[in-house]
Amino acid sequence: MTERRPKSHLPDVAGNGLLDRRALLGRGILFAGAAATGAGTTLTGAAAEPLKDDPWSLTMGAITPPRQEPSRFENKVIRTLSNPNHEFRNSHARTPHHLLQGTITPAALHFTICHSGLPDIDPDKHRLVIHGLVKQPKIFSLEDLARYPMVTRNGFVECGGNSAPMFSSEPFQGTAQALHGLVSNSEWTGVLLSTLLEETGIDPKAKWFLAEGADSLALHRSVPVKKALDDAMIALYQNGERIMPGNGYPMRLWLPGYQGNMNIKYVRRIKLLDQPAMSFYEAKTYSQITPGEKLWKFHFLQEVKSFITHPSFGHSLKGPGYYEISGVAYSGTGRIAKVMVSADGGKSWGQAALQGPVQPQAFTRFRMPWRWDGQPVVLQSRAWDEAGNAQPTREQFVAARGQTERPVASPLAFPNQHYNSITSWGIDNKGEIKHVYA
Amino acid sequence: MSTRKLLVSLALTLAFGASAAWAETPGLGKTITEADIKPWNLDVLPDGTNLPPGSGTPAQGAPIYAQKCAACHGEKGEKPAPGYGPMVGAHKFDKIDAAKTVTYYEFATTLFDVIRRSMPYTTPRTLTDNEVYALSAYILSINKLIGENDVMDAQSLPKVKMPNAGKFIVRFPDRI
Repeated sequence: MTERRPKSHLPDVAGNGLLDRRALLGRGILFAGAAATGAGTTLTGAAAEPLKDDPWSLTMGAITPPRQEPSRFENKVIRTLSNPNHEFRNSHARTPHHLLQGTITPAALHFTICHSGLPDIDPDKHRLVIHGLVKQPKIFSLEDLARYPMVTRNGFVECGGNSAPMFSSEPFQGTAQALHGLVSNSEWTGVLLSTLLEETGIDPKAKWFLAEGADSLALHRSVPVKKALDDAMIALYQNGERIMPGNGYPMRLWLPGYQGNMNIKYVRRIKLLDQPAMSFYEAKTYSQITPGEKLWKFHFLQEVKSFITHPSFGHSLKGPGYYEISGVAYSGTGRIAKVMVSADGGKSWGQAALQGPVQPQAFTRFRMPWRWDGQPVVLQSRAWDEAGNAQPTREQFVAARGQTERPVASPLAFPNQHYNSITSWGIDNKGEIKHVYA
Repeated sequence: MSTRKLLVSLALTLAFGASAAWAETPGLGKTITEADIKPWNLDVLPDGTNLPPGSGTPAQGAPIYAQKCAACHGEKGEKPAPGYGPMVGAHKFDKIDAAKTVTYYEFATTLFDVIRRSMPYTTPRTLTDNEVYALSAYILSINKLIGENDVMDAQSLPKVKMPNAGKFIVRFPDRI
């Protein structure tokens, strides 16, 4: 094998062909590119046909529309649905991470979990009321809020049930979309909740607030006032445009780094309290059973996680040569400090390049240059956040949190919540990719 | 604070006295009274705060359940429709994916609150408070958490002894 590889200035940093991330800076790529041709000949030798103009280059195209849609060739880049037949129950849509790049999730592809459909809210009639343990209850229209000082911040929202198929005793065979599609990342713009609490004042007895939506369930969750004073936002815009209906139009609570369900969509009411409300979702769904009948509540944080999106299940490698491994890493605690990548199932690791700017509670894209020699490999990524938290291995995670007794057959099963271990993609010598435990 | 802001603040202090502490905020929201918020103010807290007047028994709840709840949640809380969990079940939660029924909740108020704010699924907030008490009583009773003749009201509901009360560990105490 080794004699087939042209020598690079930069040595492999880990097993099965992981290259030094500095190769991404330029010169190393050329050597890796040469490797892709296999025989070490020049790249020009592979040119196939003389160039010609295609039909679209010889005629005027369609007139530009008022709102752009992706190319018709991208019609497979869509969310997967949990309730395609519109039954009277909740409906989920998952982000196709394996078909996206960068860090911003297009708003149309942001995941949604709607427990009672998408409310059709007239923004002129929507109101946000803040009351309870405040000095003066206040009510705000969207027009009022739009005049307040706003902040813009990049960050993720992740469902507490994201990655739950990995609780399965056997690896669930699915794409990064099926496994991890309940996390997305946007640029959110809105008014800090602390700004609005300056208007109402806060009674010192207030330790919690509940946030409630204008959906038919009037879905509500309790949040410590600490978060309100820290960075909670009443978000009005998603990636520069008004928030999508599935994501909370016309306004949602955004709690950077906290469990998705707490980020109340269609928020209409904030009530300051001296105790948590113990709402249905915090008392039941998002209170975890852990091994030994140990029960957890108030699992606010989405802990440090990463997963490889390229290459991953649903892709196949077209022969040996150069590939870029990349994926996303994020932590509810803060910034990502480091991502390590392995191509030999965790035996050896190389440090990935982080695409800046690395922002707190936001997707960070990592990249790793790789030269595949055509042999079976297992790709993994592992992230650390700036507080020193390490993403657990699957073995560590299962030791602490358990797994199902029988394999999980559907990504809709949600055996438990808050799964964050390493994901492993096994690639065979044909370049086919499976989800494996390693 | 800039000199200009300080001067504005001083001027407002002179003009409005005690309210000057808020004078620098945009002040765009309208004031509203708790009485006007009441139609939305439905949350019930674990200690029973905000429970409405009224009462109900399991016997009163059974026919309402059969009529308005059973189609999704199953007759007598068993065999629910696809996509819905059962309403009755074991008190043991020794598997990480055990079905969490009403016995899982730490407080009985959670049950009352979710019925009152969210149910019935297709016609939410159409039940009277007496009906919500009666349905809460019925569901607690089929789970053997109260007796068949117990009356649920603002005094008795928060006192229902739930098997998991006090068992939950706060996952991130430093965040509270």
